Amino acid sequence: MRRRLSERDIKAIAEGSAILGTGGGGDPYLGSVYAVRAVREFGEPELVSIDELPDDTLAVAAVMIGSPVPMMEKLSLGDEVGRAFEGLESVLGRPINAMLTSEIGGVNTVISIAIAAERGLPVVDADAMGRAFPEVQLVTQTIYGIRVCPLSMADEHGNVVIINAVDNFWAERLARPTVIEFGAISPSLGFPMTKADIELASIPGSVSMARDIGEALLFGDPREGGVLQAVLDRTGGVEVFRGKVSSVDRHVTGGWAIGDVNIEGSDAFAGDTMRVTFQNENLMAYLGDEPVVCVPDLITIVEQDTCRAITTERLRFGSRVSVLAMPCDDKWLTPAGLALAGPRHFGYDVDYAPYAGRRPSLGLAPNLGSGPEITAAPMTAPATSDATRS
Amino acid sequence: MQIGIDIGGTNTDAVLMADGKVLATYKSPTTASVGEGVHKAISQVLASAGVSTEVVTRVVLGTTHFTNAVVQRQGLDQVCAIRLGALASRAFPPFSVWPDDLAAAAHGSSAILKGGVNFDGSPITALDETKLRTAADRAVDAGFTSVALTSIFAPLSRDNEQTARDIMAAQQSSLTFTLSSDIGNLGVLERENATILNACLTRMAVDVVASIEAALASLGIACPFFFSQNDGTLMSAEFAARFPVRTFASGPTNSIRGAGFLAGVQDALVVDIGGTTTDVGALRRGYPRESANTTELAGLRTNFRMPDLVSIGIGGGSLVAEIGGGAANSNAAATSNAGIHVTVGPRSVGRLLTEQALVFGGATLTATDIAVAAGLLDAGNPNAVAHLPRILIEQALAVIKRDVERAVDAMRVSSDDLPVILVGGGAPLVGLDAFHGQPVIRPDHGHVANAVGSAVAHAGGESDRIYNLDKMSREEAVSLAEAEAREQCVRAGGEPGQVEIVELDALPLTYLPGQSVRIRVKAAGPPAA
Repeated sequence: MRRRLSERDIKAIAEGSAILGTGGGGDPYLGSVYAVRAVREFGEPELVSIDELPDDTLAVAAVMIGSPVPMMEKLSLGDEVGRAFEGLESVLGRPINAMLTSEIGGVNTVISIAIAAERGLPVVDADAMGRAFPEVQLVTQTIYGIRVCPLSMADEHGNVVIINAVDNFWAERLARPTVIEFGAISPSLGFPMTKADIELASIPGSVSMARDIGEALLFGDPREGGVLQAVLDRTGGVEVFRGKVSSVDRHVTGGWAIGDVNIEGSDAFAGDTMRVTFQNENLMAYLGDEPVVCVPDLITIVEQDTCRAITTERLRFGSRVSVLAMPCDDKWLTPAGLALAGPRHFGYDVDYAPYAGRRPSLGLAPNLGSGPEITAAPMTAPATSDATRS
Repeated sequence: MQIGIDIGGTNTDAVLMADGKVLATYKSPTTASVGEGVHKAISQVLASAGVSTEVVTRVVLGTTHFTNAVVQRQGLDQVCAIRLGALASRAFPPFSVWPDDLAAAAHGSSAILKGGVNFDGSPITALDETKLRTAADRAVDAGFTSVALTSIFAPLSRDNEQTARDIMAAQQSSLTFTLSSDIGNLGVLERENATILNACLTRMAVDVVASIEAALASLGIACPFFFSQNDGTLMSAEFAARFPVRTFASGPTNSIRGAGFLAGVQDALVVDIGGTTTDVGALRRGYPRESANTTELAGLRTNFRMPDLVSIGIGGGSLVAEIGGGAANSNAAATSNAGIHVTVGPRSVGRLLTEQALVFGGATLTATDIAVAAGLLDAGNPNAVAHLPRILIEQALAVIKRDVERAVDAMRVSSDDLPVILVGGGAPLVGLDAFHGQPVIRPDHGHVANAVGSAVAHAGGESDRIYNLDKMSREEAVSLAEAEAREQCVRAGGEPGQVEIVELDALPLTYLPGQSVRIRVKAAGPPAA
């Protein structure tokens, strides 16, 4: 299933990534412009599935480390990207021959595609989150003990810093002060993986999934419910709630946008209230006081009419929305995965439980339709439903 | 007495007001020449009120003239755009994200030179005086006299832009400048786009101001005149000649503020039903709530302060159609009941309403015909719509009501019982029983609410900067911001002793280290006599 990624695909991937970005991930505008320009200048990169990768594959991923505000001012997608790439390649000691994406959601997905186009490299149809997360170590590689290092960070002056940390938590810790010196934004390359690493630790099929979702959103059947159904079919997700936003509370703590949104039910959900809590990304959905969907499963709030994802900054009173729950990749459901990115990592005194009707992640298998339901104990209300947030 | 004028793309409206009362109104198709339109509007309102020119103490003008120049790519100057911040930002040089035709009209020359600061105020690179002098010489040699200067993180520190302007002006005295720190907000591309748009309109702005001055002089009016700007405050003519982009959204803003004034409320949701669209905005403490999103103008991303609006394709000229067999047209507002399926809009007869609508002898069924048939509006010949089936009339009104209600719901930010104000020529299309029992006001003179908004505008000033609270206290930062907003307000024509702070927002910035806070302050006050 080798195929090339066109401008249309890039636009679709940017749209679809917003659905998988669970309310966060940042504005993909600059990354999309960069990727479209790269495709026009250098040609369309190839999208390849994991099994098509040669055995000598050395793939890396791009990630913008830092803050969205300096990104909006410094537009750090120029020569610094190439220098970060070359810096990484020089310490790896052999040519990089494929691009991966670190996350599906926001700006990083399209940037990896742009670099692939510029350098004539294939894009691996996989990523390391299957969604968006806010910290460097929150990637599937961490579950399997695969280092994100060496991590190559660059700035506009020509500085390149290579971080070679012992583990991914140290990588996050060392990257932060570096990026401050770089003006709080740095295009970075890292996450080097062989074919065996990718087979073991990545989430397959996620670029295709984002593209298919984006195709449905941009060009799909606009009849009522048609786009929503296409998104649910493709992600294996369910619409867990539908209604009108009745309040939004948002504040900034420790650099994170933290808050919650309350939604008054309509249609089949009339009379109920859903609360979705977020820390940059949506983390938990409660029906009344009872948690019904929790991280690392995906929670995305979409506009009812268009099914476009609404980021946490754009939530506002009166919007008519649907809340979608989509299954995370099974890798996140391992004990190590849940320890890394389960509710407790984000300060919730709740153990992960699958939402009602959860099906296995579709990933590589498009249009499978209905898989078997996961059988697990139904989620019950915890003793303390108020999350403690630090 | 004050005269408020709103020059829209289709109509020019005017009002004469005294002590908060509307004495005379005027509505007429917009003329090609701004000066001519102003002359006609003023002489007509004065004539219909039976008063002479001496009674006029202030003239305030809202206009979409500059917006339309950009949309139509007409009369724009080619600009020398200089960004300060090399080596950063080079992936997206000036004009690189512009629509081709707009770039062709506005792009003179461009460069990214050294300068700019980081989020913490530390320099990216030092300004290069030699390169700036060369750039000034080259711009003049090439015939470009308007310069747009945009420095990275200028909302944090404007020193680079001011110094660069001084260097270039000393080299070439014929150059005029627009600085991005006077124009916009964080987001270098959006701010630069707005700065360039301003620079390519400044010569036209000088001409427009001169033509209005000439019109006023020929009428024998010697009082000051002002322009209303995007946020609903006014600015002096001298200020408007330098910052024409500040008029870009004055139309909807004036209508929101004028509606509030006519209804006598400070907080409300305003529904302006025009010929083709209905705009719904929110009035908060007398001013329009601003949009937090990036705004696009003529295909260009900018970060102007625009009123937060929801627009739907329903107006007095909207086409009304009955579709058989339940075939849905997903692009139009529609409803179906009892076997019939009615759509209203988004297509409209627009300015041809008085020729094409049934009640005006035309052959097209419009929303206006429905309003006349339902007895909501007295216009044209009611016999022309007497044959319309009752079910069609009811269904069309139901579609309009449902869609306008939805747009109003989308604009609410809380569940407060805010009144809904209906203005615009199409206001009768929505009944006072709509909006789920919320209070609904349809004020007198609502058809010229935008001109009223102009007439009652106050002078305004604002400040929007990032402060590092590691270096000063929050109180110090707030007082710096307030002082800047007050100063801007006085510069815009406000009476120095009567300026008040009307809005203060302090927003901590996500992800940034240290204690960075973005403080936005707005000041407003009555114009100086």
